[in-house]
Amino acid sequence: MDFSLTDEQRMLKDTLARFVADNYGIEVRHEIAASPEGFSRDIWSQFAELGIIGALFAEADGGFGGGGFDLSTVFEEIGRGLVVEPLLASVLGGNAIASLGDEAQKARLEGVIAGETIVALAHGEPQSRYDHVHVETRAERDGDGWRLNGEKAVVLNGDSAGTLVVSARTGGEVWDEEGISLFLVPANAEGVTARGYPTIDGLHAAEIAFEAVTLDGGALLGREGGAFPALEETLARGALALSAEAIGAMEVCRDITIEYLKTRRQFGVPIGKFQALQHRMATLLMEIEQARSSVINAAGCLNRSREERELAVSAAKAMTGRIGRMVAEEAIQMHGGIAMTWEYSLGHYAKRLVMIDHQFGDVDFHTARYAEIAAVAGV
Amino acid sequence: MDISYSAEDLAFREKVRAFLQERLPRTLSEKVRRNQHLSRDDMEQWHGILNDKGWLAQDWPKEHGGAGWTTVQQQIFEDEAAAANAPRIVPFGLKMLAPVLMKFGSPEQKDRYLPRILNGSDWWCQGYSEPGAGSDLASLKTRAVRDGDHYVVNGQKTWTTLGQHANKIFCLVRTSTEGKPQEGISFLLIDMDTPGITIRPIILLEGTHEVNEVFFDDVRVPIENLVGEENKGWTYAKYLLTHERTNIAGVGFSRAALAHVKAIARDQKVRGRPLINDPLFAARIAKVEMELAALATTNLRVLSAPDAAANAGPISSMLKIKGTEIRQELNDLARRALGPYALPFVSEALEPGWNGEPIGPEDAAGVAADYFNNRKISIYGGSNEVQRNIISKMVMGL
Repeated sequence: MDFSLTDEQRMLKDTLARFVADNYGIEVRHEIAASPEGFSRDIWSQFAELGIIGALFAEADGGFGGGGFDLSTVFEEIGRGLVVEPLLASVLGGNAIASLGDEAQKARLEGVIAGETIVALAHGEPQSRYDHVHVETRAERDGDGWRLNGEKAVVLNGDSAGTLVVSARTGGEVWDEEGISLFLVPANAEGVTARGYPTIDGLHAAEIAFEAVTLDGGALLGREGGAFPALEETLARGALALSAEAIGAMEVCRDITIEYLKTRRQFGVPIGKFQALQHRMATLLMEIEQARSSVINAAGCLNRSREERELAVSAAKAMTGRIGRMVAEEAIQMHGGIAMTWEYSLGHYAKRLVMIDHQFGDVDFHTARYAEIAAVAGV
Repeated sequence: MDISYSAEDLAFREKVRAFLQERLPRTLSEKVRRNQHLSRDDMEQWHGILNDKGWLAQDWPKEHGGAGWTTVQQQIFEDEAAAANAPRIVPFGLKMLAPVLMKFGSPEQKDRYLPRILNGSDWWCQGYSEPGAGSDLASLKTRAVRDGDHYVVNGQKTWTTLGQHANKIFCLVRTSTEGKPQEGISFLLIDMDTPGITIRPIILLEGTHEVNEVFFDDVRVPIENLVGEENKGWTYAKYLLTHERTNIAGVGFSRAALAHVKAIARDQKVRGRPLINDPLFAARIAKVEMELAALATTNLRVLSAPDAAANAGPISSMLKIKGTEIRQELNDLARRALGPYALPFVSEALEPGWNGEPIGPEDAAGVAADYFNNRKISIYGGSNEVQRNIISKMVMGL
């Protein structure tokens, strides 16, 4: 039992924290978020140089991390800085390639880690909500290759990625685990149409249509119809990363709010003197510690059995979803009017916190999923 | 980071499991499992078994006859003991008085009292709360006035848990009304058979006799029974608060309670299907189970932190609040799971040795009573509101 970071992780954390403090003020962040791609290619290159992207991948895949606590360390800082660069998209797309790809396919990871290639995972669909197995997009054999048809929804950084990792059904029915395949699709392939847009919390996503997109035989990742286990593990990594990001954002909200309670005066005293606010703040502190523990559990279980991993990840996503919303709402309420303004940073953290719950499964989804897995496992 | 127990800890856990399997009497674990009341003999029997093994005073240093376990080892024992339905160790002498005596007591007091706590000669109870001093403990009024070689004590203590079994009571008494209320309090050891002491039961809402009121009418206490210095009692009482971290969260109890809820929910049927598969109920269980898994980790983070002592106060408060919220939620779920069979209440069924025919599910008898009884846990030991005050002040400086 050891709850301290390794020296490497501590260095990574410090490096990223310093970079954010020096280069990523809230005004800079707004400017980047409002740019056409919604992130800065320049900063992305710097992340690559600093080893931030490499920390998300295992050594065997050209990185120098890739463990649960590497992910949680990076994403906690991402949450603190409200960073909009495509780190999550890289984890999702990159991990799918790393898990299933052959040597030629995995060669792309070098470009990902170097910050030259943006990858995105195109999995969710207009009708799928958060369901991991819901895939209607179809790929049919076409000579030596494949022909792809379907639509993908709210694909994170799907408007900037050069390579899309697309889930498509090569067998089975809409909700079957078996029959899901993953394909590498160049974003500029004929028949691919991406409609990019900003999200309310400052990120970028896209609706992507695939109309009779022709792929060669080398596009298939792994075994035909057998991608689900790797896809599920990839989504677990995504959920862990988001949960860790939420911790960083929550702690910023906490610190800003405590500071405000100490300095804002009403009725002749700092408002932090009022017990009605003290107790709510104390509750937030306690809940944030609980959220952090759930993320530690998830990071620690990432390489354990499927059951243990999925239970811990769903627990973390559900806990951070519930507590993230609580922190966002309470922090705004305890501030009062000032937190309603664009100018004050808190509101942007609140938006990110609440919207994290809408990515890869919300509180209800993961609570139900936890119950289901626990029932099957008989635990 | 590594969330797994070390090899040494795992080996220790095996040792604890083997011990519990071998030495925990089934007569006791069955009573605990069914929420039956434990007699004084039951509790003393378990203490005796632990003491024979050298495991009764787990956090005491070895020089005083303790086991000298690490905090993580203590937590492992608590978890395993709860899972095995072992009786709780009665904490008043072992965990509340003893640390104060070791730190502030005279050599004579240590030599005299510590062995008697271990071998069960003394049963201590705690005299802190008063009718007018609950959350505001420092406003206590029980007076101790010096008269030659004695203090003369007058006043009333209340909520004295298991005082009906005790032959000794450690009390906070007022020895001065000068300065702040906290500055005039002393820590006094009193024999329960001293003339002038009257003890009366307080029956709790679910009908049990667990707590008492104790009246002091010109009770003469030898001055050598003062612990530490006069008027420093508040410091000694607070010392406990900041050093007691193990098992404040009650993770072991909650795990056992969760297993109990699941057992009931598997047994109860809704249209022929187990209640545990009902989506709404399953989600309620999932929610508290996720909270408990996080609390277990929060607890271990605290216990294994090298600087734990420095911030133990507010952290203990967090563990206390969250731990009690989770336990109360589990009590609530167990009650709901039973449906109408939470209603029947045959109080004799909770008494030791009852062999009657159960009404409804076998384990149902104590569930609703336990729910009501455990409303106390967010009140005692500093109410959860007082704990929030502590967090506000110590962590946030509000």
